[in-house]
Amino acid sequence: MTEVALLDYGAGNLASVQFAFERLGARVRRVSDAAGINEAERLVLPGVGAAAWAMRRLDARGLSDPIRAFPRPLIGLCLGQQLLFESSAEGDVPLLGLIPGQVIPLTPGPGLTVPHMGWSALSDLADDPLTEGVEDGAYVYFVHGFACPDGPATLARARHGTPFPAMVRQGNRWGCQFHPERSSTTGARILSNFLAIDA
Amino acid sequence: MTARRIIPCLDVKDGRVVKGVRFEGHVDMGDAVELALRYRDQGADELVFYDITASPEGRTLDYGWIADIARDLDIPFCVAGGIADADQAARCLDHGADKVSVNSRALARPGLITQMAERLGRQCVVVGVDSRIIDGEWQVHQFTGDPSATKRTGRRTLDWILEAEALGAGEIVLNVMDQDGVRKGYDIAQLKAARERLTIPLVASGGAGATDHFREVFEQADVSGALAASVFHTGAIAIPDLKRYLADAGQEIRL
Repeated sequence: MTEVALLDYGAGNLASVQFAFERLGARVRRVSDAAGINEAERLVLPGVGAAAWAMRRLDARGLSDPIRAFPRPLIGLCLGQQLLFESSAEGDVPLLGLIPGQVIPLTPGPGLTVPHMGWSALSDLADDPLTEGVEDGAYVYFVHGFACPDGPATLARARHGTPFPAMVRQGNRWGCQFHPERSSTTGARILSNFLAIDA
Repeated sequence: MTARRIIPCLDVKDGRVVKGVRFEGHVDMGDAVELALRYRDQGADELVFYDITASPEGRTLDYGWIADIARDLDIPFCVAGGIADADQAARCLDHGADKVSVNSRALARPGLITQMAERLGRQCVVVGVDSRIIDGEWQVHQFTGDPSATKRTGRRTLDWILEAEALGAGEIVLNVMDQDGVRKGYDIAQLKAARERLTIPLVASGGAGATDHFREVFEQADVSGALAASVFHTGAIAIPDLKRYLADAGQEIRL
């Protein structure tokens, strides 16, 4: 049985992520310290809320450096994807800095509400183990007020007025801006792809 | 961009889904978990669970029941009913809910919205508003789960939704009581007025009786989602048919 470690640092939708992996037959272990991270076969970094606040919690618990050093498959979900980047306009706290660039706020406009809340289609899917079997135009569920910068790490995009990275990858770190645990069969496929990546 | 959301609302009383007509009396519609999974299979984009007994009786939600839903459901869901502080809201999320909705408690103590937003992020915070026309004005009503506990607040609906947004709400569900359970269509004028003032998502509630009503509220009021209960529970409208109809009418819909 594949095992995933789910990082519990007080900023996350832990239950829904845990249930989603369990529906796929994975064993989920909640970890909350450096030792738990170091021992993990694969690591899930969940998160909802504000980046600066979440980052301060990771720093205060001594978790930031173990995450940075984690050598096996890691996936950041929603806020967890944003934390992989260098900085956020949301606060002056440096993020994990694993992917270059700054996380910026979405801007409301005519016909454009913020937070971006709802189902949007994925596009520009890159060939990657995480996107296997996921088709262009597949809908996934987003809830976010900030977006990551586009760049070489982008694996897929979605649009909220303008395109933004819906999925990213840099080496052994992946990210989803949306909530795969709440994205029906497409989300389940993505999580199952993550479980299938060699650890 | 973002697909219009079709949101079945499950009013829950003692673990059963019920539906009232004009908030007077309730009819049993079935088991909550069973109905939730049926709607997921039919293509519902999101579900809302309102424990309609919680607020008037001063009770709070049964968290175990939230986990039961979350364990099986792979689409987002929001829970509401008697959430009195940020701790209780956090516990709902800890048990697997995606969003929490406050209504009467936020009216009594608007700071609750801010506390929840600071603790959970505003994207988790939904403010439900029950509105009806009084003296020619859209006004907010409170404690609508039980007819004997329903009362006027004296607040104007359009003022209150703006205040809620400023305090940290991430979404407004505007339930127009004059339309609820009567199925003559959503209150387009009121929803349009609300939409024009807000920058956060707005969900329409109250009055859906036909597929046309959904098309009209999306086309004319530009709401992010449309919530309905009885038309789905009774089978009067099948969600797959509704979504295909809306897609054919040019709306962005997740099929």
